Amino acid sequence: MSQPSISKSMTIGESGLAVVFAITAFLCVIASAKALDAPFAFHAALSAAASLAAVFFIVNRYFERPAALPPQEINGRPNYNMGPIKFSAFMAMFWGIAGFLVGLIIASQLAWPALNFDLPWISFGRLRPLHTSAVIFAFGGNVLIATSFYVVQKSCRARLAGDLAPWFVVLGYNFFILIAGTGYLLGVTQSKEYAEPEWYADLWLTIVWVAYLLVFLATIFKRKEPHIFVANWFYLAFIVTIAVLHLGNNPALPVSVFGSKSYIAWGGIQDAMFQWWYGHNAVGFFLTAGFLAIMYYFIPKRAERPIYSYRLSIIHFWALIFLYIWAGPHHLHYTALPDWTQTLGMTFSIMLWMPSWGGMINGLMTLSGAWDKLRTDPVLRMLVVSVAFYGMSTFEGPMMSIKVVNSLSHYTDWTIGHVHSGALGWVGFVSFGALYCLVPWAWNRKGLYSLKLVNWHFWIATLGIVLYISAMWVSGILQGLMWRAYTSLGFLEYSFIETVEAMHPFYIIRAAGGGLFLIGALIMAYNLWMTVRVGEQEVQMPVALQPAE
Amino acid sequence: MSFWTRHQVFEKNSIILVVGILLVIAIGGLVEITPLFYLKSTIEKVDGVRPYTPLELAGRNVYVREGCYLCHSQMVRPLRDEVERYGHFSLAAESMFDHPFQWGSKRTGPDLARVGAKYSDDWHVTHLTNPRAIVPQSVMPGYPFLSKTEIDPDAIAGDMRTLRTVGVPYSDEQIANAAADLKAQADPDNAGTDAFGKRYAKAVVRNFDGKSGTPTEMDALIAYLQMLGTLVDFKIYNEKANLR
Repeated sequence: MSQPSISKSMTIGESGLAVVFAITAFLCVIASAKALDAPFAFHAALSAAASLAAVFFIVNRYFERPAALPPQEINGRPNYNMGPIKFSAFMAMFWGIAGFLVGLIIASQLAWPALNFDLPWISFGRLRPLHTSAVIFAFGGNVLIATSFYVVQKSCRARLAGDLAPWFVVLGYNFFILIAGTGYLLGVTQSKEYAEPEWYADLWLTIVWVAYLLVFLATIFKRKEPHIFVANWFYLAFIVTIAVLHLGNNPALPVSVFGSKSYIAWGGIQDAMFQWWYGHNAVGFFLTAGFLAIMYYFIPKRAERPIYSYRLSIIHFWALIFLYIWAGPHHLHYTALPDWTQTLGMTFSIMLWMPSWGGMINGLMTLSGAWDKLRTDPVLRMLVVSVAFYGMSTFEGPMMSIKVVNSLSHYTDWTIGHVHSGALGWVGFVSFGALYCLVPWAWNRKGLYSLKLVNWHFWIATLGIVLYISAMWVSGILQGLMWRAYTSLGFLEYSFIETVEAMHPFYIIRAAGGGLFLIGALIMAYNLWMTVRVGEQEVQMPVALQPAE
Repeated sequence: MSFWTRHQVFEKNSIILVVGILLVIAIGGLVEITPLFYLKSTIEKVDGVRPYTPLELAGRNVYVREGCYLCHSQMVRPLRDEVERYGHFSLAAESMFDHPFQWGSKRTGPDLARVGAKYSDDWHVTHLTNPRAIVPQSVMPGYPFLSKTEIDPDAIAGDMRTLRTVGVPYSDEQIANAAADLKAQADPDNAGTDAFGKRYAKAVVRNFDGKSGTPTEMDALIAYLQMLGTLVDFKIYNEKANLR
């Protein structure tokens, strides 16, 4: 109550949200009391506490803030909203380390099964979804939200739309992660890979995601630039398509509104097809389109060069989103899925190679005339190597989608190796590069605390990736070949357990690779922390606004 | 007007851009998924496939909860080595009552689509409690806590009603007798085993975990594992009629 003002009053958003959260808190208390199972009671209590905290946060913020809402512009410069971006960037780093650590634990469990300790909460089957969700949705998701909120403001030269809405998005999304993650440990899952959270978490995510889309679109509406920048197309495709996929894959009927268990509407073969339509496009739109948006903004910005070809980016965009959505059935080759669907999936997966490499070329060639910067700027090197990994995985993917190749690779560690060359190499490195750029920008620092540490991070993580993916290639192909090996008398040569035993050394190498990747991330967290703590403030020069043509 | 100039309509109007994205991404999904709901050849015509018994369903829920699908597939592909290792390749019909499906995507452990009746109940109890007691090289976690957790027989009817709403053909009689059937399947001395057997063809009645009293999660999981892949009699299955 520092500013004495007569005209100060709550906005509709503030009062409305406070009331909604107060009602939600009340309903959650009832749900917690009437819960049929312990995890549901826990989650309802958690939701009640979070709703009360939200009410307190909104009211407290109202008393603290000046009468007028923050202006759209200050001295002719857009008054960018960095708060939610900083929060999301911090959470990305936090979840990243948590997710890598869980990955290291489950990799070690496969090498030394005693590490499961015969306890339900930390057995492989429950930790594995925790790992995938933590790295994809918690780490990746926060990177996407942070960068998208940054890029959309900068490229539209407009302040982020909404006052509380951006905070609702970042806090609501991370609360979803909390519910999903604790649920896995307690055995709450609908067992659909990368879509394990139960019905109530799915409902909450739907609300948050719609708010995300609205904030993003409303910021674009306010833009001072006539054109919508390329990166924003990719962000939009990511947000819109993930919404469609989420709704298509998750319609479920709860056994009771006071219990966590639900049954999915789809069954058997249709459920399988919906699942991998979703699953592959979680890769295509979450882990690809979203991070390509990062590539299209952060690489040109860091290299201080324009995007190589605007026309190529138009073709890249439409071809990529059109073709990707067909690729799902390649996860179901030789299964009970009809052949026509498998063949369609394979055909489009192979075609997908083209736009993927078109995009890679567009990203790499952006460095024309600036290649020398790779020697001096480890952040740019990280970004460029991520695009190289993108090219490698998007070649490997179409190859593995060919049915004969898939008959060997499917069900083996080759798939895990493929996923991680994309996840660690492409998504991981492009995220690290983006965060190394974003943190100094958002916190208004001249530069990073230490480029030398970035260099260390780069090399340690690269070594980790190489160990990881080569171990998985060898173990995957080895196991695939052992399964189908015959003796000269026409008998299967190996029992299944012999093929498991053969994996042991590679599982140790894989865990070592993952450990190196984690060490790299810890170095990064320290570097970013010090950048914020002791980094030098950048002095902002007022610049006149002028739309680019 | 060139193509590149025309494209500006997307670059300058966010709503048109969003509509464009929605149309472009809708096509693939519609073409690949919709026919699976109406093409008659999608699911084979087979005798024997029935909904899960209450005990099997409870066991399946344990299977889902513990994330077994992350290391075990339930989908034998029509490849020579797989058919020889696991048995007849899987049919779409065999998982038509699965909500959600459990085909899996990784074989850290072997496929389980036809594991039913391959091992004894004792083997399963010992193996689930401590896999390395039977298979020293195994990397599977131990699940000793399953034997200590009892199943609430009265809760399963709600699950069956929900499944019926999403399309699993449970009869009123099956739902009304759910709790009794759950207990009967794990107790050969139970008076209700005959009536249970009539409601669920080919269902096996045994004391799966070897202990008396209320069925445990161990009973349920083993009941589920022991029925996997056993419902279709491939001696009388008409492969030619179901060529796709």
